Amino acid sequence: MSGRRIVVTSGKGGVGKTTTTANLGAALAKRGRRVALVDADIGLRNLDLVLGVEKRIVFDLVEVVEGRCQLKQALIRDKRFENLWILPAAQTRDKDAVTEAQFLRLTSDLAENHDFVLIDCPAGIEAGFRNAVAGAQEAIVVTTPEVSAIRDADRVIGKLRERKVPFRLLVNRIRPEMVRSGEMMSVEDVCEVLTSDLLGYVPDDEEIIDTTNRGEPIVLDPTKRLGVIYDRIARRLEGEKVEFSKLEEPGFLNRILAGWRG
Amino acid sequence: MFELFSRFFRREGSSTTAKERLRLVLLSDHLALAPETVEALKNDLIAVISRYVKIDPHLCDVSFEQQAATVAMHANIPILGLLADRAAAEKATIASETTPANSEHVSAQP
Amino acid sequence: MEGLTHVQTVNQDAVVTTDAEQPKGRAIVITSGKGGVGKTTTTANVGAALAARGLSVALVDADVGLRNLDIVLGLESRVRYHLLDVLENKVSLEDALIRDKRSPNMSLLAASQTREKDDVDTEKMRLLVERLRAQFDWVLIDCPAGIEAGFRNAVVGAQSAIIVCTPEVSSVRDSDRVVGLLPRDLEPRLIVNRLRPHLVRRGKMLSVEDVNAILRLPLLGVVADEPEVVVATNRGEPISLDPKSQTGSAYRSIAARLCGEHIPIERPRVSFFARLGTLFGGR
Repeated sequence: MSGRRIVVTSGKGGVGKTTTTANLGAALAKRGRRVALVDADIGLRNLDLVLGVEKRIVFDLVEVVEGRCQLKQALIRDKRFENLWILPAAQTRDKDAVTEAQFLRLTSDLAENHDFVLIDCPAGIEAGFRNAVAGAQEAIVVTTPEVSAIRDADRVIGKLRERKVPFRLLVNRIRPEMVRSGEMMSVEDVCEVLTSDLLGYVPDDEEIIDTTNRGEPIVLDPTKRLGVIYDRIARRLEGEKVEFSKLEEPGFLNRILAGWRG
Repeated sequence: MFELFSRFFRREGSSTTAKERLRLVLLSDHLALAPETVEALKNDLIAVISRYVKIDPHLCDVSFEQQAATVAMHANIPILGLLADRAAAEKATIASETTPANSEHVSAQP
Repeated sequence: MEGLTHVQTVNQDAVVTTDAEQPKGRAIVITSGKGGVGKTTTTANVGAALAARGLSVALVDADVGLRNLDIVLGLESRVRYHLLDVLENKVSLEDALIRDKRSPNMSLLAASQTREKDDVDTEKMRLLVERLRAQFDWVLIDCPAGIEAGFRNAVVGAQSAIIVCTPEVSSVRDSDRVVGLLPRDLEPRLIVNRLRPHLVRRGKMLSVEDVNAILRLPLLGVVADEPEVVVATNRGEPISLDPKSQTGSAYRSIAARLCGEHIPIERPRVSFFARLGTLFGGR
């Protein structure tokens, strides 16, 4: 039984594809699944950095595709989660270095030995995007509740629908206090505008900046709010019926003050 | 019901503006990205109008334009003249009438 | 073609000026490598700030297929023609340029939404930028994310570059890559965007100095991360036009520095909002 190949895409850059790929992957691995993460952002790799494995890269995706090394030589095993593997992108090449067919071969090979293959898609809708989607059977579309991100997500969704790739939305960086004061679109607004189903949402949380700086998935720490949230999303991804929790800020007082301020 | 409830507590802010702007811009983007649909719509429109008046399909133009509060369809269909086939024209007129009294009135005309 | 050659010569002469003079017809590409760091917001706001100083500004959205400069400026309902229409001679440049309603000195050339970045002819793009330089004091080119054709086409024709970088490891790394790919003579300058001073103070975020220790570029400006930018984008209004906004002020200072004024880099004030979060719930 082959593993699931899922591309994490968005259209717009900087909305959290890499963070999502890293943390969802780690959350799944924490649950005992065999997970391979693939960085498809050739030329601007970042998945390695976000997971803190940048100093352990020996071979990359392009070298695998070009036959200069074996897949298992390029895969980096995470030291914290024994079931988590990372295939880094090449840094000195660009996205024309691989074809869609080659990418599909690669992810199919990975799916033979892993329960989940998560593909970190580059920004845009050009060759890099096409390659990443070619390697997947399903997609997670990441967006933030901002007009540019939603517009770009819509474009990507159009392309996914064209290719008949099933997908769900992940709304990132929600600020509940701004939603309440009417200055930010809600998760419901986003799903409505994009006529899409929701996989989950993640609140804006400053902790993620620090953990990314240190190259640590936030799911490592069970006391971290975001760690719990990624865990819930991972469970939902596996088909478990996990309720969408009412988003609360960290602290009761904040909510009261938000009411006064707004 | 819940929508009403949540809207009651949520103040009208820039998010409402954003949502409305997005709705229009996405509609406009989708129409621009579906030239086959626009083409099919144009052909159907030309076919229908040809039943009433004489037109040259090559001079016809259909486009979608985003305006301040809506996306509007603009159709520029130059009318070259009435149809040579009067019977066809009358049949079209009769078809658009609804009452039997009216149709009697029409058939009495030369 | 003869007309264009003439323009080239004129512009080359015009570029020879002293430091104190505002050079006419300067083209700057705003780039970053990493997406979502604020290139489009920067382009829109610096453009509006320059226009507010009485200069004529042309903004070019080079993000073919994923245009956003129009929506950030609130001009999305006025786009009729776009970049490829002009490059392919389907419409004149004058017809395609959209005059901004709030800043009449500023015009936008929107990107094409239904085409691809590879459709842009690099040489034609360069000539277009030169034509714009003949008509406008400033030409700001909003570069797409990435380092492929979209990036190359945005850079061609530019005489200088602004690198927008957020104080996050991925962004710094991508900016570094992009600096390496830019032509030498573009002399890139750095804007550090979305700084959160309270996090920097707690050692949870890179400081401006940390970022520039790696990039080593002249610093053009620092912009703090403020929720008001989201609100402004929701409304389609450049925040640099808001006299009360700290973010707006940062962009106005950047525009002033571009014009040769020596304004010291502001240390962004910690917003009340952020300070409250730290006191009552931050970890």
